[in-house]
Amino acid sequence: MEFFLVSLLNGVTYGLLLFMLSSGLTLIFSMMGVLNFAHASFYMLGAYFAYQISTKIGFWPALVIAPLVVGAIGMLVERFGLRQVHKHGQVAELLFTFGLAYLIEEAVHLVWGRSAVDYRVPEDLSGTLFTVYGTAFPEYRGFMMLVSILMLASIYLVLTRTRIGLVIQAALTHPETVEALGHNVPRIFMLVFGGGSVLAGLAGVIGGNAFVTEPGMALSLGAIVFVVVVLGGLGSLTGAFIASLLIGLLQTFAVGFDGSLGKLFAPFGISFASGTFASEIWSLTISSAAPVLPYALMVLMLVFRPRGLLGTRDV
Amino acid sequence: MSAALKSGEVPKFRPTNVGRYALWGGFALVLAALPLVFKQGFAITIMSQMGIFIIAALSYNMLLGQTGLLSFGHAVYSGLGAYFAIHTLNWIAAGKILLPVALVPLVGGLVGLVFAILFGYITTKKAGTTFAMITLGIGEMVFAASLIFPSFFGGEGGISANRVVGEPFLGLTYGPAVQVYYLIATWTLVAMIAMLALTQTPLGRLANAVRDNPERVEFIGYNTHMVRFMMFALSGFFAGIAGGLSAINFEIVSAESVGAQRSGGMLVAAYIGGVGVFFGPVIGAIIFTFFVVAISNMTKAWLLYLGLFFVAIVMVAPGGIASVVLMNLRVWKAGFMNWLWKPYAAVLATGLIALVGFVMVVEMTYKISDSGTGGKVSVFGVQIDAGTQTPWIVAAVVLTIGGFLYRRAWLALKRKWDEIQVLLQTRSL
Repeated sequence: MEFFLVSLLNGVTYGLLLFMLSSGLTLIFSMMGVLNFAHASFYMLGAYFAYQISTKIGFWPALVIAPLVVGAIGMLVERFGLRQVHKHGQVAELLFTFGLAYLIEEAVHLVWGRSAVDYRVPEDLSGTLFTVYGTAFPEYRGFMMLVSILMLASIYLVLTRTRIGLVIQAALTHPETVEALGHNVPRIFMLVFGGGSVLAGLAGVIGGNAFVTEPGMALSLGAIVFVVVVLGGLGSLTGAFIASLLIGLLQTFAVGFDGSLGKLFAPFGISFASGTFASEIWSLTISSAAPVLPYALMVLMLVFRPRGLLGTRDV
Repeated sequence: MSAALKSGEVPKFRPTNVGRYALWGGFALVLAALPLVFKQGFAITIMSQMGIFIIAALSYNMLLGQTGLLSFGHAVYSGLGAYFAIHTLNWIAAGKILLPVALVPLVGGLVGLVFAILFGYITTKKAGTTFAMITLGIGEMVFAASLIFPSFFGGEGGISANRVVGEPFLGLTYGPAVQVYYLIATWTLVAMIAMLALTQTPLGRLANAVRDNPERVEFIGYNTHMVRFMMFALSGFFAGIAGGLSAINFEIVSAESVGAQRSGGMLVAAYIGGVGVFFGPVIGAIIFTFFVVAISNMTKAWLLYLGLFFVAIVMVAPGGIASVVLMNLRVWKAGFMNWLWKPYAAVLATGLIALVGFVMVVEMTYKISDSGTGGKVSVFGVQIDAGTQTPWIVAAVVLTIGGFLYRRAWLALKRKWDEIQVLLQTRSL
């Protein structure tokens, strides 16, 4: 029970963090048709900027400034990079973001070095929020949850209750019509790209110190976010939300679970000699198989339901 | 055509293609002569790696260039091929199987083929973004799995072997690097010819059609999924050969050989060279290997330079270097080159100035982030101190002025280039 509650809370926190990334990625994809490979790199930039700012003036200003800087970078990338490449077609756009992800990683190597930086949870939030069955739930996790929920509520309100949100929704499906009605669609694209980058940057600010801030963080999280977007169904925000929580819970639960095929069948007296390949499969615990699970799930999903959980079109 | 043809009969006159034999013969001679010219061990190493990477990049281009499939997980097939090849070497050493070392790459190729058939059937159901993402997912999955099963994949350290095993064939032990080079060169030549021949077959032609307009291909009665699947399987075969050769060459295979970095490398190499032309990836593989082996010895920032080069190609010349060469050849044949050499020279000169400034900034930044304070760093053979102000000012000035002049020269070149293109267009009408 204790394991279950703690894992549930951690899984939801992680899932919400994933959704901050996958929501931006989904919006950008459904609007511009570009799968942004560099999206997780913006997450990484958010974490590094927050680290840099928090060593100078503190965590709270960083929480505001870092995402905005990342958003500005995102807008510049869209305006002077992606929009130029657009005429060369979709493959070129995809490859542009792929190259950008490389470049951002290298730039991080260049400025902050190859090892992890010491980006810590601020003093004010390092306490314990509450304890369940003797296990402490850190304040910072609660803060992460709060920030993500506030952020999600505000996106929802912006998208459904404001004029610009309605224009964005219209531009998702009918960009030509929106343009014909006199809206500046390229500018909307730029705003959406910038907005997605702000979200990714914010996720970096609150995720960077909860996990670890190092140059490999973009690559490791980026692949997971892709899985989330595919599972949820390309272009579906609700789907991305469900898939984010699903993957968040799956990964958290799997890590703490050490059952294996061998243990399952051990009561029947079936076993393999150790050191062989078969015995490794046999004794493979779910916790050590955890890294493979999201990808296996994604492949299965693409085989049986290529449109994802809530997607409206086949990817 | 004196004899009357029956209906349905095709006249069979095939002139001997002298040019083709001369080209391949010449290429084979160059491959054979290279180690005689560049005798240093370092050069042999680079050339061996280039040969391996040429096969890998060409096999990658069977997907991207010829079938229009953007893969992010091609290293799975070369990497698994490499793993089985290295195990084969160990089995030969243990006397479990009898196989000449020269044929070990074939084992890699067959393994690549088997896995490409296994994964490829689902992967190739759809083209486009779906394909890209499934390949990425499978790539990550195999990479993650490779760390879980240490008995086969060797965990972090990888699996190593000795290539000097079995009975020497014709006195070849493959101990010296030159012998390995010739083995790789032979395989490269054979694989290149096979892949080029494949583009001429009905399957190769159909693959191009599936790339350009899958809907029409379905209308005339072909199964596009099958075409993509067959191309994918064959491309896995050639990737596996490259993997097998790398197992022989390095005598070690580790988890990164199935990783995303390696897949990205194939993509970058093929794209830089040019995916629209068969020989494009060959150019790309040579440049890429040069970056990986030679530039990485000079500077830690080599990946940054490579990434910038790649992004520049994507933005400016999406057809890659091969297409730039072909377009310039066209201009040259039409006699317009004398319009262009001045703007080209200007772009080159100003670009070099801007590059010097940029490299100075990058190298000095690296020095500071490495040491924390600064210190001497060598840029183009000149020692500068990153801790002092003067080099930073010089770099900033050089970069700004160079960048500004480069921008102007580039726009001028572009104007001239567009002018020529219009002229060529009207002339051909």
